Amino acid sequence: MKFGVITFPGSNCDEDAVLAVTEGLGADAVRLWHKDHDLQGADVVILPGGFSYGDYLRAGAIARFSPIMQEVIAHANRGGPVIGICNGFQIACEAHLLPGALLRNDSLQFRSQEVILRVENASTRFTNRYTAGQLLRIPIAHGDGRFTIEADGLRRLEDAGQVVFRYVDSKGNATAGANPNGSLDNIAGIVSAGGNVLGMMPHPERAIYQWLGSRDGLALFESMLAHVAA
Amino acid sequence: MSRFRVAIHIVPRKGILDPQGKAVADALHALGFSAVAEARVGRHLVLDVDAASADAATASARTMCDKLLANPVTEDYEIAGVVAA
Repeated sequence: MKFGVITFPGSNCDEDAVLAVTEGLGADAVRLWHKDHDLQGADVVILPGGFSYGDYLRAGAIARFSPIMQEVIAHANRGGPVIGICNGFQIACEAHLLPGALLRNDSLQFRSQEVILRVENASTRFTNRYTAGQLLRIPIAHGDGRFTIEADGLRRLEDAGQVVFRYVDSKGNATAGANPNGSLDNIAGIVSAGGNVLGMMPHPERAIYQWLGSRDGLALFESMLAHVAA
Repeated sequence: MSRFRVAIHIVPRKGILDPQGKAVADALHALGFSAVAEARVGRHLVLDVDAASADAATASARTMCDKLLANPVTEDYEIAGVVAA
């Protein structure tokens, strides 16, 4: 399996993503540039974290029109897997690969900390190596992570099991205190209706080794291998 | 073709939590401006656009808002003014 990691001007987690899937997972990775018109045979596209185009206008709004994004949108529309992490989640929403939008944290603070996530749906191609209800320790680092969607859209996401990760406290409860950004329903990550696009604000690629503080993110990438092998 | 200056207001949609607006309203209240019922913080854009008429410049600006400048999920926009540039 070959991962394609896109670098936009202002991306800063692209190298972490490459290392997570190569050294951590043992898969192949190809670095893709935002001006490229070709995914170079990547089976999975990773939209990494950072501040593409300086977050000008809105986070992800300008990156969405990069030449490579037209290829990513076509890939996703063919059912190809895409992972948007942090800024990548914002880009995926702006590109309409995922519903909703990400707004300024309700605290107005940039939050860089470890959070606890509860796996809400362990049957996606991104989460099959987890168990439903499992708690994960994964870092976040963002200022615009408040997931927002209109009431009907929220109901559809919840009913269809598209909410994959939620911010919870150490007991596994989705409390207001455990919510670092004011996201609706403590939502930390969602998948598309087709199940092939994942967006999440926390950084699984920064939780690959115990010496990083946690290795709970590795199983997300392992899930993708397991999905292909199945 | 003439050049028009188009002013655009973009604000968070009603009903969507606007923490910046709330912080501004709280600060105004602290200064004694108790008459302020609500504040919303958005963006103001000024575009110089070449178009056949003011109407055409406005229509073009609306298309730009729909496609890029405003997020239809969370924001409302308004063409606040069109004048000869």
